[in-house]
Amino acid sequence: MRLRVAFSKQGALRYIGHLDLHTLLERAARRAALPLVYSQGFHPAPKIQIAAALPLGFSSRAEMADLWLSEDRDLVSLRADLQSALPRDIQILDVQQADDRAPALQTLVVAAEYEATIPDEFASDLTSRLAALMEAESLPRVRRGKTYDLRPLIESLEAAPAEGSGETRVLLRLAAREGATGRPDEVLAALGIPPESARVERIRLIFRD
Amino acid sequence: MLTPEQIETKLDRILLKVQKPGRYVGGELNSVVKDWDSADVRVALVFPDIYDIGVSNVGLKILYDQVNQRGDALAERAYAPWTDMEALMRAEGIPLYALESKRPLSGFDLVGFSLPYETLYTNALNLLDLAGIPLRAGERGAEHPIVIAGGHSTINPEPMHAFMDAFVIGEGEEVIHDIINVLKLRNTQYAVRDDLLLALAKIPGVYVPRFYQPHYMDDGTIARVETLAEGIANPVVKRIVAKLPPPPTKFIVPNIEVVHNRASVEITRGCTRGCRYCHAGMITRPVRERRVDEIVAAAREAVRSTGFEELALLSLSSSDYTHIEELVAAIGEEFKDEKLTVSLPSLRIESVSIDLVDKLRGRRGSGFTLAPEAATERMRRIINKFISDEDIINTTREIYRRGWTNIKLYFMIGHPSETLEDVQAIADLCKRVIAEGRKVAGMKVKLHAGVSTFVPKPQTPFQWVSCDTRENILAKQALLKRELRDRNIKLSWTKPEDTLLESFLSRGDRRLAEVIFTAWKNGAKFDAWEEHRRFETWMSAFAEHGLDPAFYTHRPRRADEIFAWDHITAAVRKKYLFQDFRRSLEGHIRVDCRLNCYACGILPTFADLRRDNPGEGWKCPDVKSPRKADVSDRGQPLAIR
Ligand code: SF4
Repeated sequence: MRLRVAFSKQGALRYIGHLDLHTLLERAARRAALPLVYSQGFHPAPKIQIAAALPLGFSSRAEMADLWLSEDRDLVSLRADLQSALPRDIQILDVQQADDRAPALQTLVVAAEYEATIPDEFASDLTSRLAALMEAESLPRVRRGKTYDLRPLIESLEAAPAEGSGETRVLLRLAAREGATGRPDEVLAALGIPPESARVERIRLIFRD
Repeated sequence: MLTPEQIETKLDRILLKVQKPGRYVGGELNSVVKDWDSADVRVALVFPDIYDIGVSNVGLKILYDQVNQRGDALAERAYAPWTDMEALMRAEGIPLYALESKRPLSGFDLVGFSLPYETLYTNALNLLDLAGIPLRAGERGAEHPIVIAGGHSTINPEPMHAFMDAFVIGEGEEVIHDIINVLKLRNTQYAVRDDLLLALAKIPGVYVPRFYQPHYMDDGTIARVETLAEGIANPVVKRIVAKLPPPPTKFIVPNIEVVHNRASVEITRGCTRGCRYCHAGMITRPVRERRVDEIVAAAREAVRSTGFEELALLSLSSSDYTHIEELVAAIGEEFKDEKLTVSLPSLRIESVSIDLVDKLRGRRGSGFTLAPEAATERMRRIINKFISDEDIINTTREIYRRGWTNIKLYFMIGHPSETLEDVQAIADLCKRVIAEGRKVAGMKVKLHAGVSTFVPKPQTPFQWVSCDTRENILAKQALLKRELRDRNIKLSWTKPEDTLLESFLSRGDRRLAEVIFTAWKNGAKFDAWEEHRRFETWMSAFAEHGLDPAFYTHRPRRADEIFAWDHITAAVRKKYLFQDFRRSLEGHIRVDCRLNCYACGILPTFADLRRDNPGEGWKCPDVKSPRKADVSDRGQPLAIR
């Protein structure tokens, strides 16, 4: 049985990377006594797929993972068991059974939406700066010593001022295909907003049909 | 004082700049976050090394459980930030905080350090500094936490006496409750800090250094230790629990990769083997065992509540657990359908050990570890670890034959009276082991010789002996490197500087406190870490205080010397230790004392506890003599004058 679990990742778990999340899900499944399917061989690994790596430091209310079980289980009780086996900063949002023959979860993701909350001091003429970025032909940036073009990875940008809170929200929709993934912190930097001053949350994953 | 919210905001700005930020945020499964205001006494438990090492420490886990089970107290945790994080914390003005509540350590009532080994001393100072707590106990006032340390190294607390308000000597499970009960009266009965400390000093097993005054002789050794208050013990006798309490099972499950990703169950405490170099073996007596059903139930619960892939059954000598065969069978049965690696450390060198590990279906690839410690019969008599060469060869051959390709053998150089021949014998033995292995399993067999250097430890029969000199150690290591060139033999060793550092810290007196302070001020920390080795800093700290490290490491000690730690006792009499030291010089071995009690001092000290716990659990003989109250002057370990 192939399970598709949607969950949030907040608080302390924002600082847990992709591989550690994998181990965390494996251990949670063991604690919940879910019969995981393991690979053959010298170092058996559980069959778990995580839709899209979430950059360190960002929270999310839209993570997704597939877990394979060797026998069918009732989804309602399974969800409760799994939730109680997870650290408090992961909340299960939904559990579904997925088609066993569907392609790997990672290959289904095409884009992701993020919400960045930034201090108002960086919000002046934000709309025009967003527009300028969208109009640019290319946005060459350097990351880990490599130059790449950020522009084609940006699908849309939108400002949503939050009245009176002293903060402004930016909605970013970025490509999230294997080998072509936009990072919200890179976009913020290109907008002249120091990424460490922003709180970023992933709010949606967009899958191909 | 910063609020948790202020600390969190500051953290969010720096955490992405450090390696493994998951170390600094808590939020692990099985961590306990209690309501701050609901507790009368708040305890911060600190392991002064990085999270990756400290989070799996079993001693602190036990205390964490003990405190958090109380309705009136809470316990949280802190570890040493790695240097990248420390630098950012200092730059941003973030004090050391506890992972659960993100509150500064300075806001707790009690800060408890675990000091299992001496190389953590400078880190403890560094963390107090990072917490904004005055380093010196004498500089702390009513607004500061009480700072306590415990753990094996504190069986000689003197080098750290200036920095700790109190030390717990021995086992912490019960004493922590006594301490909390005193701290509850902090705002009423014991509002004056000195009164509070005196109340703590009266708890059996608690040592408050400010109430003890050593007097020195002209040669720098101790003349006597005076007590400065009425009603406090001298010597301070370690605390033990009569019966091992239920083992902790809700281990914290780290969210990041750490050194030991495992659940563990302590199957026995203490050791009756009597290896003369072994600090733990001497100071954790008596042997107390858990029942098989209790261990299996705890293991089941620990695996269930953590999801760990590995379970460790802990003891100083697994083969000596009375019901080891039964235990291994029961664990094998309990987990037969699960992907679980079970490790059983410290096995005796005999084929039975291989059967035990075989039954646990241990992962073959991970290798098999044995600790002969010495390679000649003469040396093994001296250290009281008697195994014949034939046993070693037969056992290792069998291990290779059964499919393990890698064996790790632990040895120590620098034992008393060791010569180059004894060291040569280590190389010869390794070569023989691998040659025999090749006969049964072919050229793929590998051997790892881990050769550390002996450090004489306080409260052991070798507390009188000198540490080997730097030159000797280097010559012995050079010999091993020259002899063990086979590419399937891996050799690892300890740098002589590390050995000397451990050596002077282990048997130091109060004057070392200033050396530790100066070394830390000049940058020493993470002393156990290769990349932080700063031996020169230590040497200049000695020079600055007019002290000679050789006084602590290499000075031959008189038979009747009063040691800096003699007013602390692990309840194994000094007279007994000295007798055992003499037997060592004569090459006499002592068999396992559960076969033949040598009256080491444990029984008279803990006669009442033993009497209340007759039969199997304790491995010392049953006590039939009258109660302590009926006999004058029992339980006081003898001092040699
Ligand atoms: S009292 Fe006897 S049996 Fe107990 S630890 Fe000492 S020597 Fe061994």
